[in-house]
Amino acid sequence: MNHDTYDDAYIRDILESVRSIAVVGASNNNVRPSYFVQKYLISKGYEVWPINPGLAGKDILGRPVHASLTELGRPVDMVDIFRAGEHAVPIVEEAIRIGAKVIWMQLSVRNDEAAALAEAAGLRVVMNRCPKIEYGRLCGEISWIGVNSRTISSKKPARSGGFQHLGLRRPPGVV
Amino acid sequence: MSDRQPGFATLAVHAGAQPDPTTGARATPIYQTTSFVFDDVDHAASLFGLQAFGNIYTRIGNPTCAVVEERVAALEGGTAALAVASGHAAQVLALHALMTPGDELIASNKLYGGSINQFNHSFKSFGWNVKWADATDPSSFERAVTDKTKAIFIESLANPGGIVTDIAAIAAVARKAGVPLIVDNTLATPYLCQPIQHGADIVVHSLTKFMGGHGNSIGGIIVDGGSFDWRASDKYPMLSAPRPEYQGMILAETFGNFAFAIAVRVLGLRDLGPALSPFNAFMILTGMETLPLRMEKHCANAKRVAEWLKARPDVSWVSYAGLPDDPSHALAQKYLPRGAGAVFTFGLKGGYEAGIKLVSNVKLFSHLANVGDTRSLIIHPASTTHRQLTDAQKTAAGAGPDTVRLSIGIEDIEDLLADLDQALSA
Repeated sequence: MNHDTYDDAYIRDILESVRSIAVVGASNNNVRPSYFVQKYLISKGYEVWPINPGLAGKDILGRPVHASLTELGRPVDMVDIFRAGEHAVPIVEEAIRIGAKVIWMQLSVRNDEAAALAEAAGLRVVMNRCPKIEYGRLCGEISWIGVNSRTISSKKPARSGGFQHLGLRRPPGVV
Repeated sequence: MSDRQPGFATLAVHAGAQPDPTTGARATPIYQTTSFVFDDVDHAASLFGLQAFGNIYTRIGNPTCAVVEERVAALEGGTAALAVASGHAAQVLALHALMTPGDELIASNKLYGGSINQFNHSFKSFGWNVKWADATDPSSFERAVTDKTKAIFIESLANPGGIVTDIAAIAAVARKAGVPLIVDNTLATPYLCQPIQHGADIVVHSLTKFMGGHGNSIGGIIVDGGSFDWRASDKYPMLSAPRPEYQGMILAETFGNFAFAIAVRVLGLRDLGPALSPFNAFMILTGMETLPLRMEKHCANAKRVAEWLKARPDVSWVSYAGLPDDPSHALAQKYLPRGAGAVFTFGLKGGYEAGIKLVSNVKLFSHLANVGDTRSLIIHPASTTHRQLTDAQKTAAGAGPDTVRLSIGIEDIEDLLADLDQALSA
């Protein structure tokens, strides 16, 4: 499939259907996107599993860090890759082995060979996007900072607790 | 795969404005508040650290202003925008994110007079040096490029001369120089011209003019085209370097193709302060809903007035790009196919005295210093805005003693022509 642009429906379906997300290249430095994207995803009800060999055994945001997807030892719905594109192929191979359904590569990360590998195994792929930005765009939160969400709607935005939190349809089974 | 793309008129009414999630209010509410309550300490920390989306304080962002931002970003085909207190504030903030003392800006010599003043005098005290280039000669921009150049600034449709700038040709110069092209699109509005489609990286507006359109509220906006690679060089540290204001966050990495809009908000507006009031944002939003309808009428009326003036024996010349023999006509057909705008100048054979007589005798046109109102406006620059200049300076600025500027409104054309006729014949 074409990975230069994605339909909103494709991204929305992924974000509404996954529950558990492994974040490969997770950081504990709170100004790095690889930290606060996890925080945002947790706040939206996702089950987040940080992966980073340098931080294995520690916690990020109260979640235990594992050295690799294999070490995690459990299936996840989506693998979010915060590593440079050249490292993507072995991560995708591991993701396929543990039964992931979606491969997501962060803003500026793209590897078409890894994408083809994932798609051949039946996984859906998103590249060069940020799940925090895409979630914020589709639920309407990103409009508060003047971003063109490229969506218009006459429906009630879905609130999700607190004063300034909107949501998508909650992932099934998540409170 | 294809999301259905709404048309321009639909975006002008809907972009950015969902029903209020709490009350169901369908028109955008005026969030007339300075501040927004945090859920808890952690939520506050996330908001201040740019890690969560949301509002803190109206100097940095406000939900009514945010609807203006998203709507203009959508109409211009940009990724994001920042609304500010005026068009002048938009220019200061856009350049503040790019320039440091000693840097150079290349600007078209046919800008609105207020911008020429701002660039020549106020910017000098920031150490920002302006080099002027010929709006009608793209190669003059190329010759002005040095290793200190940080941006190129032009108007799509110049005020007041009605000159159309070759955006794509100057965008090519900017690309080659590795600097962003900033286009002031105030007089054209995105209904007539979308500069980002022609290669602009940043668009600025005075929302005071046709965008708000009713002559009741001052406002400005900066639109991020999302096209410029801020990390391709180290020229733009506000975007590409770790920011001490945010504990080392790199904005271009964190915000991708809308990083410029974030930079002008969290480094510019936050610290320099020219925020748009929520009430003005509401007035401008209401005006923008009818932008396509108004621009059609403005342009149709302006063309009729220009043709009518051109045929009069007491008028020596008319400068309107919508007339077939105008020097800007070919560029207008490329960049402004729906109409050449509604602000233009013409010359009176009777010179200075005839200009004074005309503005004194009109009964429907308003004699004032604004453009882009529903009402038709008239000014004689030589006796008002440009009166401190010598005759030679006036002529160079396109405001010679015989020059009259019109901003044509959306009244009935017969009434506009009758008013000009009685005032010219009196």
